[in-house]
Amino acid sequence: MKSPSALRVLWRELVRDKLALVSLIFLVLITVAVFGISLVLDQREIVKVDLFAINEPPSDEFILGTDYGGRDVFGQLIIGTRNSLLIGFLVTLFSGLIGVTFGLVAGYFGGHIDNIMMRILDFFLILPFIMIVIVFVSLVPSYNTLTFSLIMTAFSWMGIARLIRSKALQEKELDYAQASKTLGSSDFKIIFTQVLPNITSLIIVTMTLNLAANIGLESGLSFLGFGFPETTPSLGTLLSYARNPQTLEFRWWIWAPAAVLILVLMLAVRNVGEALRRATDSRQRRG
Amino acid sequence: MWKFIVRRLLITLPQIILLSVLVFLMAQMMPGDALTGQVDPNVSPEIKEQIRERLGLNNPWYIQYRDWVAGILQGDLGQSFRFKMDVTELLSQRIANTFWLSLVTLIFTYIIAVPLGITSGRYNDTLLDQGITGYTYLGFATPLFIFALFMVWVFGYQLGWFPTSGSVQPGLTPGTMEYVISKFNHLLLPALSMALIATVSTVQYLRSEIVDTKQKDFIVTARAKGASESRVYNRHILRNSLLPIAAFFGWEITSLISGTIFIEQIFGYPGMGALFLETILLRDYSVVTALVLLFGIASILGALLSDIILSLVDPRIRIK
Repeated sequence: MKSPSALRVLWRELVRDKLALVSLIFLVLITVAVFGISLVLDQREIVKVDLFAINEPPSDEFILGTDYGGRDVFGQLIIGTRNSLLIGFLVTLFSGLIGVTFGLVAGYFGGHIDNIMMRILDFFLILPFIMIVIVFVSLVPSYNTLTFSLIMTAFSWMGIARLIRSKALQEKELDYAQASKTLGSSDFKIIFTQVLPNITSLIIVTMTLNLAANIGLESGLSFLGFGFPETTPSLGTLLSYARNPQTLEFRWWIWAPAAVLILVLMLAVRNVGEALRRATDSRQRRG
Repeated sequence: MWKFIVRRLLITLPQIILLSVLVFLMAQMMPGDALTGQVDPNVSPEIKEQIRERLGLNNPWYIQYRDWVAGILQGDLGQSFRFKMDVTELLSQRIANTFWLSLVTLIFTYIIAVPLGITSGRYNDTLLDQGITGYTYLGFATPLFIFALFMVWVFGYQLGWFPTSGSVQPGLTPGTMEYVISKFNHLLLPALSMALIATVSTVQYLRSEIVDTKQKDFIVTARAKGASESRVYNRHILRNSLLPIAAFFGWEITSLISGTIFIEQIFGYPGMGALFLETILLRDYSVVTALVLLFGIASILGALLSDIILSLVDPRIRIK
């Protein structure tokens, strides 16, 4: 009998774990909703300062009130969620690409190459991430979504690289890789067309869990004022208004919804990620 | 074992050099140089150029790098042009606050982690264990700054139990009992917020370690010899599981650093993390450079310490 494919195993575990399934449906719905609504909403209209309507509590006109610039909090919440998700995806994708390639090459070749590459990785791992990213963010001349995600990527590819490397070390000893080598396949071919497909489930799992971490990191940086500018709000931008003690104490409607949304998003992504992680370990599977 | 320690030390040195090069390059990218804000704007460009020449700012980068490192080794981190004082002096004003905050956080982290981890591992799959596992699950998903905001909102503003900014109540003289109590009172909430989030990975590690060890042969043997339940746990299992945890604190330093940046911002606590954010907004780059270098070295040394301690308590690492 043919054993089920990696994707099929992942999917079966997801369906079996009700919490993860609900989380996944929630994530899909919120992504569709947020991207759909923000097509209708005009970002420039929402971030336009209106001094006649500053710090208004929730009312019929503004469902979640307004911030210190008279900007609609609900509209910012929608656009903020979109931007946060977008940057989360971008950083996860970029760091995944770098990390997987780095890990595969180090693990497959082993020996001195592996040794040198791992020392480089150790060095990156030890850098004070938040500080370095903040410094680069404030130095980069043309600062936008892309450069921001590239800066974040430059210092966050190490986790996945280390994981993939240890997997690749085991994988290259297996018969299929050895046989392919004996038949004269090039290293490039073995790495990317034979070893890589065999570790897809691990990559998917790690990237899902990284997505949650990256959304958290981005909102943290925006909270400190070193993420998105106010004209491109993210969920962290809304939270950054809470750095003002007055806002924190008396105007909960500005920051509390964003805080709850970040928490729920991160929990949902983690629920899915944990279910997938269980699926990759046959001893822990429920399905 | 000495071989391991020497080898580990040999990795540390290039790490520090690499860090210093990175920080130096960052400093070069920053606008302005050591002269910015130091001289009268009315001074003619020719004289400025002369001063530049004399200070060695026109030298090639590797000579500047050498001079910069030589300066640091003598304790000269440059001048803060906003605070109008030596960076070393500025840092020495703030370093104590961050040191105490980090120390109290570490202590809380272990005070919380050890009993929770042991309970959860010993009585695994009971209701109690499920509660603790639930807490670690939530703790992993919660970003530190959101939790800290929540804590300061509830306990600082709504209930008013704790002060919401500063490191000590103004007007108290250092050395008195009141001063110490006020200091601790200002530390308590930030440290607790950080510890409650930082502790979850240690709790989880301890739990899985104990659950694993419980099924090992030597525990079965100990039970068969008639060792009491408390003896099995205290003498056999905990000795194996607690020691690695003691080594974690060095690695915690890296996460403590990013933690203090958020925590000091939220609690208005005048430490190095807050100083970092202040000076980067003021574009006072000599301070920023010094802080990144200092925190970077602290994480490198922390990891070194952890690796060495771990190799002492766990011989398996040495053999590898």
